[in-house]
Amino acid sequence: MSVEVEENSTVQSPDRLHPEPRHEPLIFERSGEGKVGYSLPPLDVPETVAIPANLLRAEIAGETEVTEVEIARHFTRLSRLNFSIDEALYPLGSCTMKHNPRVNEEVARLPGFAAAHPLAPEEVSQGALELAWRLERTLCELTGLARVTLQPAAGAQGELAGILMVRAAHEKRGNPRTTVLIPDSAHGTNPASAHFAGYKVRELKSNARGTLDLHVLEEAMTEDVAALMLTVPNTLGIFENQILEIARIVHAKGGYLYCDGANFNSFVGVAKPGAMGIDVMHMNLHKTFSTPHGGGGPGAGPVAVTERLVPYLPRPTVERREDGSFFLDHDRPDSIGRLRTFLGNFGMFVRALSYIAQYGNRIGEVARGAVLNANYVRAGLSGVYHLKYDAPTMHEVVFSDKKQSEHGVHAMDIAKRLMDFGFHPPTISFPLIVHGALMIEPTETEARPGLDAFVAAMREIARECEEAPEVVLKAPHTTPVRRVDEVGAARNLVLRWRPES
Amino acid sequence: MKFLPTSDADREQMLRAIGVASVDDLFDSIPAEVRKPADLPPPLSEIEVRRMMGALAARNANARETAFFLGAGIYHHWVSAVADQMLYRAEWLTSYTPYQPEVSQGTLQSIFEFQTHMCLLTGLDVANASLYEGASALVEALLMSARLVRGRNKAVLSAAIHPEYRETVRTYFAALGLTAVEVPVGPDGATDPDALRAAVDDDTFAVAVQSPNFYGVVEDWESGSSAAHAKGALSVAVVAEAVSLALTAAPGERGADVACGEAQSLGVPMHFGGPVLGFLACRSEHQRQIPGRLVGETRDAEGRRAFCLTLSTREQHIRRERATSNICTNQGLMALAANIHCSLLGKRGLREVAVQSHAKAEYVKREIGRTAGYRIPFSGPTFNEFVVEAPEPAAPLLSRLARRGILAGVPLSRWERESDRRFLVAATEMNTREEMDRLVAALGETA
Amino acid sequence: MNPKDLHYTRSHEWVRIDGDIGTIGITDYAQKELGEIVYLELPEVGHVFNEDEEFGTVESVKAVSELFTPLSGEVVEVNKGAISEPGIVNDDPFGDGWLIKLKLSTDEEVSKLLSAEDYETYVKQEEKER
Repeated sequence: MSVEVEENSTVQSPDRLHPEPRHEPLIFERSGEGKVGYSLPPLDVPETVAIPANLLRAEIAGETEVTEVEIARHFTRLSRLNFSIDEALYPLGSCTMKHNPRVNEEVARLPGFAAAHPLAPEEVSQGALELAWRLERTLCELTGLARVTLQPAAGAQGELAGILMVRAAHEKRGNPRTTVLIPDSAHGTNPASAHFAGYKVRELKSNARGTLDLHVLEEAMTEDVAALMLTVPNTLGIFENQILEIARIVHAKGGYLYCDGANFNSFVGVAKPGAMGIDVMHMNLHKTFSTPHGGGGPGAGPVAVTERLVPYLPRPTVERREDGSFFLDHDRPDSIGRLRTFLGNFGMFVRALSYIAQYGNRIGEVARGAVLNANYVRAGLSGVYHLKYDAPTMHEVVFSDKKQSEHGVHAMDIAKRLMDFGFHPPTISFPLIVHGALMIEPTETEARPGLDAFVAAMREIARECEEAPEVVLKAPHTTPVRRVDEVGAARNLVLRWRPES
Repeated sequence: MKFLPTSDADREQMLRAIGVASVDDLFDSIPAEVRKPADLPPPLSEIEVRRMMGALAARNANARETAFFLGAGIYHHWVSAVADQMLYRAEWLTSYTPYQPEVSQGTLQSIFEFQTHMCLLTGLDVANASLYEGASALVEALLMSARLVRGRNKAVLSAAIHPEYRETVRTYFAALGLTAVEVPVGPDGATDPDALRAAVDDDTFAVAVQSPNFYGVVEDWESGSSAAHAKGALSVAVVAEAVSLALTAAPGERGADVACGEAQSLGVPMHFGGPVLGFLACRSEHQRQIPGRLVGETRDAEGRRAFCLTLSTREQHIRRERATSNICTNQGLMALAANIHCSLLGKRGLREVAVQSHAKAEYVKREIGRTAGYRIPFSGPTFNEFVVEAPEPAAPLLSRLARRGILAGVPLSRWERESDRRFLVAATEMNTREEMDRLVAALGETA
Repeated sequence: MNPKDLHYTRSHEWVRIDGDIGTIGITDYAQKELGEIVYLELPEVGHVFNEDEEFGTVESVKAVSELFTPLSGEVVEVNKGAISEPGIVNDDPFGDGWLIKLKLSTDEEVSKLLSAEDYETYVKQEEKER
């Protein structure tokens, strides 16, 4: 089904991107007996297998036999079925899909980083330890908090680390408490992390503005509450203007204020969480600090803490001696322990430090650009899509499909149709407090023409919802595969390829 | 600013469209008291960043420029040029979690292939799209077992599981009120099978054994699985050196219900400890309790084969506090690297790397064992890593050798104060005969 | 719309009472909200529940919902057909899409449930709050 596009419109022609769907066999289906894809030097020691036969396996039935040519082709072709930031706008709310600077990849691959072993003697690992130490210092400066652990492998693991430190601090005073307060707009990792730290979750209902009512918090904040977990700004992109009051209420009952820093991109270099009364905050290096998303990971979730929580940091921490050398401090008796092996996702530290160094004292321009771009998109779509909460928003904005659902079209359909226009859809169905949510975060690295094209596409789709809803309901039409049957996938689980027996 | 593509003219026009006078106005909801700029040095150019990073990297010993024998949970194996360069492709590097399958078939199909590789290597039915790394993967496997065997509170762990994995388990278990009991190794360096059986009771939900274990000794998966099943517990197989899966018995073929651990050896550089690649695989009857993302095969609206994330309802973004795990971001790019690596090496290459690693380790082990003053304390068969006992404290010895460009091993005193003369030596297909002879000679000199 | 001979809960379950047997399912509104159902977790026959206790879950691609029993009783039958073909709950939520049958332990709890009319009013109110 084709879509008419006006001549001078900035809307991308839907046929531009992927006119022909393509099928790429599984690598196992490209396999051919006897083919070899690798080469190793000849064995320069006696060949031997000194393991008893009962502890050995037979050959790996079904494993591949392909050459380097097939590998190069297969993975190149597969890559072209992916949309990526380097292609066009990827406005996933709360994901901060910003440009990944190229030099980051280069420096992360330096042999002294990529081929370094975390258990090498400390005296020959000074470069890595110094880099980690410098990243910690830099994140302390940006957060206004006392120390940072770099150990957590991702935001969710950072959340767990943060809540475990809170728990340890409470336990030290004789009572771990039982409950963590979390707004109903929070990302699912928040209650999941609280649960894994052994806490019950009490959900706080957002008010009609989409923010937290102080009296609701006051009523819920008892001496049985260990912490309030707040995303700042919240998942609607709204900054809790009463943050200092919120902190006061939590602290008055001896609780800690945890900040989910997923949205740090909206105020990094402009405001400091430490000054807001935040006691503990995780950051996402793969969001705010440009490390690449890589199809779902890796990330890194450093956690900054106030002085009171420093004794509980995961071990080891990176320390600096008076002579300027660095060492790992394992001797931390009140530490919560380890959440993973070694120091953390060091390869992401390299990239993040490289990124921050390239901004330096101008890093506030990141937040300013992000907030400007999001508000520009908000202005362009206001009136076209329903805005449930119309408070001022920062780096992201959440519209809903309310107007379009009157024509039987929902957020999912709009998302699918947007792909025909050459954009990755925004986040849909989240936050839960907005039914049919479309959560849009353009980031600061999107130029104005890109934003205009996105707004034009969204407006065009809104028009289609009224005049030709079938086009939207049956979308996407021009992607490498058409709408994927996720119900079928769940009803009939096929989670791997099997060799024909 | 080179990553900010908004010109001054653009900004003016955008502010007019929004209806505010300046960008500052958009920050009104942030109280003035908390607005503080960052006190950082001025921006560095790309040239200066390269210089700064180059200087830091130069102060680290690395495996390419030393005679390198370090293991203990992270290994120096061949990473192919084609895999390394493929990861530079923007479509792989800068794409996101494949929530919209129609524009993410590349990532989804690659994960499906990775899941398949992990199943073939472990001999189990289902594998997830990756976890962070080995220690938290073990935690996830144990928590999964606790959900499946409800009402029990204890995990039995071999004391020969990597100490940092066990420490991580203790951290997570403390918060959840679960206990972990450790079973010591016997004189041969393998978990004592009788002690293992004795430690398992009706309150045990899982028994976990690692092979090759932390001391490099190849364990019999059956000792763990039989001990577990005798009392209705689940058997968890832990792997820290995934190359071994191409040579030693597959856990799924020896009674393991869940296999987990670290797949870094399969084409992921060491990166000073991260990012690496946790994995988890299990029997199909347990698949609904598997943590992390899963990719399934399905069709699109026109009947084409397509892939998508599935069983997402187990995950935190839907199930919230009742999720199987809190994991969201995983190790997607590293799983791609492992997929390319396993696909490239395939049936024969994976085995040959394992055979070479083993043969080289056997050579070094034999030669060190013949060196005066040194002994190999454990008699159990090893894969590519083994414990050496030196005539003097190991840590200072190894530091001296490191300054000579030989990274000879990892001292056990880091974790076992009483083992101060013992250290772990690992060898892989990357070690040359010349390096190995140089290591042995250097050890001989210091005796 | 919502059959008049059934009783309803605010968590969108219905119950049909025949003597001392209560047949329980989810409403048409619930199945619409969930989307296409892919999996059902239901209890074993013989399990005893108190009113408002969670007795299982219903899963679609995008959501999982806990199921709460409106009344106390012992499970005497579970809809195996729905377990193997969960789509039947979408197609016929008030009929073949029933989930469990309970032998009710008391007849005093029914008065707490909603009539079809009250349930419809309640649903309209919920939708307005969006």
